Amino acid sequence: MIQTQHLKKRFGANLVLDDVNLTVSGPAVLMGPSGCGKTTLLRILMGLESPDAGRISGVGRVGAVFQKSRLCPQLTAGANICLTGGGVTPAGAEAALVELGFTSAELALPAGRLSGGQQRRAALLRALLCRPARTLLLDEPFTGMDAELVERAAAVTVRLAAGRDTLLVTHDVHAAELLGWPVLTLH
Amino acid sequence: MISTMRVKAKTPLWQTLLAAAFWVAVWQGLALWLGHGGLFLATPGQTVRALVQLVPTAEFWHRIAFSALRILAGFLLATVCGLTLGAAGARWHWFEVLVSPVMQLIRAMPVASFVILALLWVSGKNLSIVVSFTHVLPVIYAGTLGGIADTDPQLVEMARVYRLPLIRRLRYIWLPGVFPSFCESFIAAMGMCWKSGVSAEVIGLPDHSVGDALYRAKITLSTPEVFAWTLVIVLLSAALSSLAAAELREIKRRLCGEVAE
Repeated sequence: MIQTQHLKKRFGANLVLDDVNLTVSGPAVLMGPSGCGKTTLLRILMGLESPDAGRISGVGRVGAVFQKSRLCPQLTAGANICLTGGGVTPAGAEAALVELGFTSAELALPAGRLSGGQQRRAALLRALLCRPARTLLLDEPFTGMDAELVERAAAVTVRLAAGRDTLLVTHDVHAAELLGWPVLTLH
Repeated sequence: MISTMRVKAKTPLWQTLLAAAFWVAVWQGLALWLGHGGLFLATPGQTVRALVQLVPTAEFWHRIAFSALRILAGFLLATVCGLTLGAAGARWHWFEVLVSPVMQLIRAMPVASFVILALLWVSGKNLSIVVSFTHVLPVIYAGTLGGIADTDPQLVEMARVYRLPLIRRLRYIWLPGVFPSFCESFIAAMGMCWKSGVSAEVIGLPDHSVGDALYRAKITLSTPEVFAWTLVIVLLSAALSSLAAAELREIKRRLCGEVAE
């Protein structure tokens, strides 16, 4: 169970997070207006930023989708998934990619040559298929996908995130509805 | 606004050959104009004839082996040290600050000063190892440092979050980042090591070296032989640079798991 207590974070004069108290057991969607600190909160939970005050507990090994896809550009999408997967087989990674609309030609391309939407799908699967990850932190994972792909990606996310504490940030109300997870709002 | 991007096309071989032929013609013209049977400037024909006479002799190959062995030993030693120091400098800023004046000093020092000083410490025979080492070291060091700085910090963060093991971080994150800058400096340094190494030999005059042959050709006023040896050095340097570039590309492809596009 992910918990934050009285979390505060300031960048210069800008107070980004002010007394954030959060409890996530299982999966949840985090919504809120732009600039309210959703990404900063995820970065703190990932251990990439330190809070100025407050406590965090319950974050296990993390599988993450970042604001940008951050794939190794010289590797294929499948190889990127295997790189962090902790035992995921190339066949397993490719089957999941095909499920999210990858063609065999796209499977053979280096990630740097894929479109933004394809990179996003690969980044989402990298997080979801990361076997050692007990916590999933997903920042706008459906960006760049059309309505049909969002539907498929949401279904895959629900299936693969099962049993893990998951915090998924999105602006997309429709995607949040598709997931059917509890919605937390950050003001 | 419509923006356009100019992609630099590869120069066709015939244009390169035509440019080379033009300069050979200029060389020939200048040599004929200066006259004196090529005493001040050997003609291309005289140079080739001198080269044809040199190549079949055992002494020629002995000199090439003698110089190449030492110059390349200095080069390889400098590559290992430059990589290690560059990695340390990127990891610890205080180390970079500490090493920086030494690297700047080595870069600025003329070859002649270095050779005279080095002659006090090592025998003339091994002089080119020291001089090649000192000229290559700052180039490789800067290339490594620059390459590490060029590595995508977002991928480094990703590796940290996913707790990628060190070996995988090196192979898939750091090496692809470091390679472009490192390769550029490696190839530039390959050319520099021959220039500095042979210059050192010309001053130190170790027996059986290319530098010694160049000096002997000069004092006997055998200008075509000076040109022939110079041509040999240029060709050796260019061939080894091309070989190094091809090998490095292959190493990168294998090591970093690159996929053919």
